[in-house]
Amino acid sequence: MINLNFIYSEIFICLAIMILLIIGVFKKNSAYLIYNLTILSLFVCLALILNFPIDANVELFNNSYKIDYLSSFMKILLILSGIFVLLSSSKYIQIVKINKIEYPILVLSSITGMMVMISSNDLILFYIGLELQSLALYVLASFNRDNILSSESGLKYFVLSALSSGLLLYGCSLIYGFSSSTNFDLIAENVNKDSYGLTFGIIFIITGLAFKISAVPFHMWAPDVYEGSPTSVTIFFAILPKIAALTVFIRILYVPFFNIIDQWQIIIIFLSIASMLFGSIAAIGQKNLKRLIAYSSIGHMGYALAGISTGTNQGIQSSITYISIYLFMNLAFFACLFMLRRDEKYFENIEDLSGLSKNHPILSFSFLIVLFSLAGIPPLVGFFAKFYIFTAVIEQSMYSLAIIGLLSTVIAAFYYLRIIKVIYFDAEKEKFERNHNIGLKISLTISTIFILFYFIYPSPLIEIIEKINII
Amino acid sequence: MNFPILSSLILLPLLGAIFIFFSKSKSNTYLTSKYLATFVSFVNFILSLYLWYLFDPSTAEFQFLEEQSWIKGFINYKVGIDGISVLFIILTAFITPLCVVSVNSNIKYRLKDFLVAILVMESLMIGVFCSLDLVIFYLFFEGGLIPMFLIIGIWGGERRVYSAFKFFLYTLLGSILMLVAIISIYWITGTTDITYLYSLGIDEKYQYLLWLAFFSSFAVKTPMWPVHTWLPDAHVEAPTAGSVLLAAILLKMAGYGFIRFSVGLFPIASEYFIPLIYILSLIAIVYTSLVALMQEDMKKLIAYSSVAHMGFVTLGIFTFTQQGLEGSIFQMISHGLVSAALFLSVGVIYERMHTRLIANYGGLVSVMPKYAIVLMVFTLGAVGLPGTSGFIGEFLILIGAFKKSFLVATIASIGVILSAAYMLWLYKRVVFGEIQKNEIKKLTDLNKSEIFILYSLVFLIVFFGFYPEPLLSTTQISVENLIEMYNINLNSNLIEK
Repeated sequence: MINLNFIYSEIFICLAIMILLIIGVFKKNSAYLIYNLTILSLFVCLALILNFPIDANVELFNNSYKIDYLSSFMKILLILSGIFVLLSSSKYIQIVKINKIEYPILVLSSITGMMVMISSNDLILFYIGLELQSLALYVLASFNRDNILSSESGLKYFVLSALSSGLLLYGCSLIYGFSSSTNFDLIAENVNKDSYGLTFGIIFIITGLAFKISAVPFHMWAPDVYEGSPTSVTIFFAILPKIAALTVFIRILYVPFFNIIDQWQIIIIFLSIASMLFGSIAAIGQKNLKRLIAYSSIGHMGYALAGISTGTNQGIQSSITYISIYLFMNLAFFACLFMLRRDEKYFENIEDLSGLSKNHPILSFSFLIVLFSLAGIPPLVGFFAKFYIFTAVIEQSMYSLAIIGLLSTVIAAFYYLRIIKVIYFDAEKEKFERNHNIGLKISLTISTIFILFYFIYPSPLIEIIEKINII
Repeated sequence: MNFPILSSLILLPLLGAIFIFFSKSKSNTYLTSKYLATFVSFVNFILSLYLWYLFDPSTAEFQFLEEQSWIKGFINYKVGIDGISVLFIILTAFITPLCVVSVNSNIKYRLKDFLVAILVMESLMIGVFCSLDLVIFYLFFEGGLIPMFLIIGIWGGERRVYSAFKFFLYTLLGSILMLVAIISIYWITGTTDITYLYSLGIDEKYQYLLWLAFFSSFAVKTPMWPVHTWLPDAHVEAPTAGSVLLAAILLKMAGYGFIRFSVGLFPIASEYFIPLIYILSLIAIVYTSLVALMQEDMKKLIAYSSVAHMGFVTLGIFTFTQQGLEGSIFQMISHGLVSAALFLSVGVIYERMHTRLIANYGGLVSVMPKYAIVLMVFTLGAVGLPGTSGFIGEFLILIGAFKKSFLVATIASIGVILSAAYMLWLYKRVVFGEIQKNEIKKLTDLNKSEIFILYSLVFLIVFFGFYPEPLLSTTQISVENLIEMYNINLNSNLIEK
């Protein structure tokens, strides 16, 4: 009999979605209640995951669903960031008037899809999870339907994402055709170096996944969608799908196709270099902070891919460390963005920040910490993220990748510095409002403290992640 | 040693900074935060003197070692000092309180943040000089960019944004190659602990590239010609205290880095690249001295003279003679005092006249006699007149250089003459001559805090000029040991070949 208790968390979240929907239908004006219940159910879900031994290694449903250390860790990361995202955006959705009952439920279903993706050990299951999260995200992106930019971004994301899903599905079918299985472990047994069909399949799958994490050259959607979507959705886009897609990236490349690493390694290296360079150069000219963070996240994904491209456990671990740290930096950045509110209106252009430090010293200090950390300046946490990546990369003697990556950090430093310049060096403007909801303050404080003081005791994160051994 | 004196030196200013940052910012607490910062930095200075007192100069071993697991199984937090680093720590701890005291009306707004930045800077700089692990060193070395960027950018002059960006990007670009080199060293040898690396040694085939990577970082920071162009901009635009920190301590981090890492870790490559260093140093000495002659801005002139003086330092380090190395260390300490003094002096008159152009001054001697005297001492210190600390350093470096190469030393000596030319000419134009402007007639002489700051610097410059023994005896054994190690490495390499 299948051991269902290992997927209590998934079952619970599905039940929660249904119950919340029913409450939403039968109880009037329940948007606020449902929002809070969603956060609560995420907490319960987190508790359910933590309830089971994290180092359990179980395969369920005919070996197509895997609970191992990697999936448990990534799920915890996913749900934690889900909680933080919801906590910090609650006031925003009220003010932008998108606090409908569907909003948190869509977030939950997207998270369900991601959890399925993270645990999947089978191409079909993986595809189902991917589509579940994408469908929810299409709706979320265009949730502010009266806003033309938001509708545009939802449509754009839908069309492009459908295309990439098609490619991905085509890749899956090729792989099935040439290895006669959809299960990752079985594919691994049948992988054959000389079969070009398989290589094509891998390329299509990488294309699809690279689209999800917006790696160059499949990044076109990111700036528009980031800018157009409501900020509460942008923060979601910037963090959660990347955690899920990166896990799948790792699992697909390292479980079924590890034996033909020479076929895909060069592709990942190319994606990584292109993303790092493009992300840092294209962001220089941006005026909108959300657009800028889109380009910056393209660059950051480049670093995460650099870790994956090494083909070692060390590399995977560094990638996972990177994404965990990146999550906190983005969380803090968006929490700062949520604080730029004046007269029921949110500001998102760089010039709106002008002289922020004179009226809002603490907020600007958080901005300063986050931006320097994104730029990777020691002793802030962003430096360690890059440090681990390049340690793994240099271990494999991939010096050119390391040097290009580090050079692009210098280019990237320029546009982060530009924001700091506007905040600290320019003339002041009107004050922003100061009454923010407690959830936003909490998530900003936690993430800023983590960014600032991580260097005092960096071991725990490394020790947790060191246990992830895929190869 | 149970009491972690080095960590306290690093942490104390940081704690002070945090305390000041979170104190309530009402206008009348401005003074309180200044007193607090002064207090913290003075306590740190006294602590550093106590460290010097406890320091045992008769051994080249690292002392006051503290080791703590940091990233498990990878990097340890390790600090310790030897005869070379102890002096820089004292210099840092001495200059910072002067900076804090010198802060007054010239920082018009956000005094509290300024003090926080300076104290954080002090922590990081002390950290640089006592870290014994490459990664920890890098952390402190690069971390200093953040407060310095803000100091230049927020409280600087007209072109502060340009200068701050230039400073930041130049140094960051220089340093990333060093990061690659540090990680490579970890994979080559399995450790980043400097004491282990000294005993292990690094394979010759790696040394050249690694040396160049470290060089790229230190050359920018020193700064050596042709990557010195950020320095005049940063110096000119930074507020007085910022310029002082830059000139007196930040530049020394690179000189220290050359001694500790380039020479200590890569002796074979260091020997191989001697001609490169000599050429760049000589160009720095002669060329920037000529450039300094042409400057119309006082701060810029001093900035270029710093480049020239640092040229002497790099020259001295790479002579690998007892005199050259000790001279370099001495010159760095002396330049730390003299350049700090000069920038503070410029700050004194800038505050009164709000101009740095030499042409706007003249005849200060009749209205500000005390100022004229102290500036004379500082000028002579920069020139390297016997009896000032500047002389000892340059003299020792030139002795070392003559041992190595007659030609190099001769060209370097030209720099001494040129430095006399631009410094004395500066002095003449600012202090002597007819009073041409009415504003100058109204100038007041030094006030109490200025007298305190400048006289203490005068005292030290003259004191070490006449009696350099305390500094030299502190460094002697460590330098001897360094040279011995260097020669052993070179010889064993020759035998292998």
